[in-house]
Amino acid sequence: MKETPLSNCEREFVLLALREKKRLDGRQTYDYRKVKIAFGTEYGCCVVELGKTRVLAQVSCELVSPKPGRPSEGVLFFNLELSPMASPGFEPGRQSEMAIEMNRLLERCLRSSRCVDTESLCVISGEKVWHVRTDIHALNHDGNIMDAAVIAANAALAHFRRPDVTVQGEEVTLYSVKDRDPVPLTIHHMPLTTTFSFFHEGKEGRCCGFAESLPVQRVTVACAHEATVNNEEALRRANEVVKFAEEPADVEQPVCHRGPHTAQVGDGLVNSWLVVDDEPKSEEEALDGGDLEGVKVENEEVEELSDDSVIILETHNRVPRVVQLSDGSEEDEVMILSGKDLMNVSNKGCTKKANNSDDVMEVMVTKTKKPRKRNK
Amino acid sequence: METCAAAGLHLPAGSCELSLLSRADGSASCSRGDTTVLAAVYGPAEVKHSREISDKATVEVILKGKCGFPGVIEKSQEHMIRGVVEGTVLTGLHPRTSITLVLQVIQDSGSLLACCMNATSLALIDAGLPMRWFFCGIACALYADGSISLEPVTSQEMESQALMTFVLDSKDKRILASHTKGSFLSSELQKCIAVSQTAADKLFEIYKHAITRRYSKTSLEASAPNLWST
Repeated sequence: MKETPLSNCEREFVLLALREKKRLDGRQTYDYRKVKIAFGTEYGCCVVELGKTRVLAQVSCELVSPKPGRPSEGVLFFNLELSPMASPGFEPGRQSEMAIEMNRLLERCLRSSRCVDTESLCVISGEKVWHVRTDIHALNHDGNIMDAAVIAANAALAHFRRPDVTVQGEEVTLYSVKDRDPVPLTIHHMPLTTTFSFFHEGKEGRCCGFAESLPVQRVTVACAHEATVNNEEALRRANEVVKFAEEPADVEQPVCHRGPHTAQVGDGLVNSWLVVDDEPKSEEEALDGGDLEGVKVENEEVEELSDDSVIILETHNRVPRVVQLSDGSEEDEVMILSGKDLMNVSNKGCTKKANNSDDVMEVMVTKTKKPRKRNK
Repeated sequence: METCAAAGLHLPAGSCELSLLSRADGSASCSRGDTTVLAAVYGPAEVKHSREISDKATVEVILKGKCGFPGVIEKSQEHMIRGVVEGTVLTGLHPRTSITLVLQVIQDSGSLLACCMNATSLALIDAGLPMRWFFCGIACALYADGSISLEPVTSQEMESQALMTFVLDSKDKRILASHTKGSFLSSELQKCIAVSQTAADKLFEIYKHAITRRYSKTSLEASAPNLWST
């Protein structure tokens, strides 16, 4: 089956509406859709609805031998499937480019951020570890499957319980669900993503299905909540980086699941990214093409700083992990923005917020494949 | 012939919902007990040239389990569902098109194939495809002492001597398809079929309620119903 193509008049209509800051479903530029999270009777089963976009996540586990390089760490595996149910354009069989890209982003967001403690998944070092597998199925595609998938994965991992295991010397006893209550996973924090769409005429946020095919660029921001860090250097660097980047939007923390082993996401945190309306047009044009190279230079500098920030944080239990940038890929331009500093930057004239929890964010700018032809 | 009442047979509580998904032409979710399956239909739609049949619609079924990659069991279940759908839907009315059916297992606690059949039937109704009849799936388990239970859960399935799934049509309650596992006498098979036919009546009642709810103008249900509502 093929996806029904977007007609010219529909495209013109959407872009015209965007110019007037209007969206098809009446949302403001930075409004989120309603998030609904429902859990199944099985542990680790979760269905997330972001407006009409629906995603199912299921976590399962089994005992395997560990990877040779990491004998005392469990294995986390994520698989996002764009089921043909979600959209007629999704073909069964080989994954499309978009699916592969989403899978990569999902892995980086959840695995590289170390949100789940893999050391606790070890049973016998070098022999048996838990292999925790998260399968995410897209059920209905109405835009922004990425965010829904990340929310679903987080919720499912938090909901999941693995069988209890005791080790006595060489003897390993695996208890069934009837004998002993299953044990939850150790989760340090919940990384979440926010997706923005950029259009030639202006900036957008939280795309819905219709408009998703239009934007030239899409930025997905992964935000990991960590302990406080005081970093003056990062502020200065971030200022320079921000000049090239669009202002991130107000992020509503949608996950409200509370579990004994989960971090409280967004508790007391007041996030307010001011929308600066009078941005000069040159900024947007800068994003379109060449100036991203300029941003790349900034990346390296910021990377070094993050190492500094790691040193400062040694006293805290949680060490922020900065995701390695992929230099090889031409598509992805990754910028590391320090959240707290961005907040100070964007709050021009506003008082500093009392809560100073730092957000180390990874911003991935992806160019969509279809460049728009400029009509005269 | 054992009657339903004598054997203490009952259908587990469940629910059906129609039109859950916005993209699909027709969608339905069916849950019996804990087992829940979500079905979506796209069709009649464009078909690849290699797959097109000149005088009929091409029916394609995709069954997706929750964990892991689809295997041989899923393929055989897809094959059975496709056979039923091809026999039910008037494919001759839509030549050179494709009817794609995608099933997603939301929860598997026994009697999965029967639940898949029910979800398929409701999704086809929701899509408005022309059909000869409705169909429903009934699963029954036969135990060593000769007793029969309907829609067994996983633990009951493991204790049973034979597992049977029948697909019955709504007009004459004839068997459209059957899937059996285990050993049984032919008299026992007949008993199970009779029991299934009685149970099918109740299932079709449930269908009628679901469809009436869907098309009723007075009810103002939320557009995104909870998948686990009973």
